[in-house]
Amino acid sequence: MQLDDLYRQVIMDHYQHPRNQGEIGADALTVDLRNPSCGDEIRLQLQVADGVVCDARFRGAGCSISISSASMMTEAIKGKPLAEALALAQAFRAMMRGEAVDVEQLGELEALQGVSKFPARIKCATLAWQALENAASLAGLEHEHGG
Amino acid sequence: MTGADVRKDFPILQQEINGHPLVYLDNAATSQKPRPVLEAIQRYYEHDNANVHRGVHTLGARATEAYELAREKVARFINAPSPEQVVFTRGTTESLNMIAYGYARRVLQPGDEIVITPAEHHSNLIPWQQAARATGAQLKYLPLQPDGQIRLEDVRQAVTDRTKLVAIAHVSNVLGTIHPVSELAEIAHARGAVLVVDGAQSVPHQPTDVQALDCDFLAFSGHKMCGPTGIGVLYGKRHLLAEMEPTYFGGEMIDVVELYESTWKQPPWKFEGGTPIIAGAVGLGAAVDYLQSVGMENIQRHSQALAAYALERLAEIPEIEVYGPGPGVARGGLVTFNLRGVHAHDLSTVLDAHGVAIRAGHHCCQPLMRILGVPATARASFYLYNTEADIDALVTALTTAKEFFQHAIG
Repeated sequence: MQLDDLYRQVIMDHYQHPRNQGEIGADALTVDLRNPSCGDEIRLQLQVADGVVCDARFRGAGCSISISSASMMTEAIKGKPLAEALALAQAFRAMMRGEAVDVEQLGELEALQGVSKFPARIKCATLAWQALENAASLAGLEHEHGG
Repeated sequence: MTGADVRKDFPILQQEINGHPLVYLDNAATSQKPRPVLEAIQRYYEHDNANVHRGVHTLGARATEAYELAREKVARFINAPSPEQVVFTRGTTESLNMIAYGYARRVLQPGDEIVITPAEHHSNLIPWQQAARATGAQLKYLPLQPDGQIRLEDVRQAVTDRTKLVAIAHVSNVLGTIHPVSELAEIAHARGAVLVVDGAQSVPHQPTDVQALDCDFLAFSGHKMCGPTGIGVLYGKRHLLAEMEPTYFGGEMIDVVELYESTWKQPPWKFEGGTPIIAGAVGLGAAVDYLQSVGMENIQRHSQALAAYALERLAEIPEIEVYGPGPGVARGGLVTFNLRGVHAHDLSTVLDAHGVAIRAGHHCCQPLMRILGVPATARASFYLYNTEADIDALVTALTTAKEFFQHAIG
């Protein structure tokens, strides 16, 4: 087991300095989610206009993996059409299942690939993405093939 | 004879995890099983397996005898006045729910009170929340001192003539606090309330005498005391078990079945509907034998000495914050802590890479985590087979983790 594969520098950087932390406002799409087995929490807010994620922010309490995943996710989806954000969520979940990844599509998120080798931590990494998928459902958009 | 002397009895401990010898410090979650317990279960299935209390054939008689012998062993282990006061359940959670359904919901009236602490495990909290909601009774919380202890004067104030039930863990699974059960029983009884004790963290680690404690109900799990999973115990005073309704209805628990109504067997059998957990009971009986051969006083001394040693060693790392009673105060064999700036999950992953198994999370105590003001904590919990060397390995791994995250964070 290689800890350096899990705790890559970019992960620790996002953990220490989470991007897009905070709230957008009462009119934003809001999802509160927790991981009951460990106590990690996230509030994800999205501002969606014409099907595009104009803004994405989160507040959370959790480990380095859950916070860095949320931070990187908000960076990755801002400015993207919501459908594209959902496709990214699917790609991220595939990476967590240990499937081959499209590095170009995932960008910086590829740093979390090591989590797939730590089964107990996958839920930490996917919490923010589950929140994104729930937010999309609220907006009336679902995965074409389910989550 | 504890520590290194008994390790050979636990096959699972003889392995490496991630290239390091396994250091198992998650005993408050579940304990490991000694060879005599594993062999008793195997022997039961190979020689005596049959259903109990029905077959007239030889195996049926042997299985029944083995099952009831286990009950007698458990009764002696907790000094119950009779084996009939020992009900076999799936574990502490089921035992507590059976009290909540079969007893509490029958006696609670609107405006009655249930007194508990905010440090209870969810299994000794949610059943009472639900019972209160269903009956219109109120849940009242005792205030906790900063180290998790309760003050008897607060208990005397909280328990009133409207209090029907006081429920508390003998030993807290997070803080290790030991609560004064016999004094609580006295206060509860003076007001006509019954005392329910969650013994999940106490019965495995110290001598238990239900008559000296004078508790009305005691719930505990087999798997935390060297027994298999899936078997637990509900002890109750005779008149309370007589009054209590079964939770499960069906085979095994009935006396006479008519078309429109039926009657039940006497306790404990009326609470054991369906084919019971026979092999689990046999395994628990063997676990009780094993623990008694080591001696519960020895185990208690051993766990507490390890907890004291752990407190001492953890104090060497200034970034470690320890929760619960401080040095010199009696505590259960566990230590809960955080490494500043590092989430308990991250810590646990790094420790696991060094072969050290601890628990990280909220320990099924979300209200207590809110009081402590932390989302999660790390917990190291000890048992008869742990040694000071295990704690040294924990401290070494913690030091490595500290350096790893200091480096990773930059």
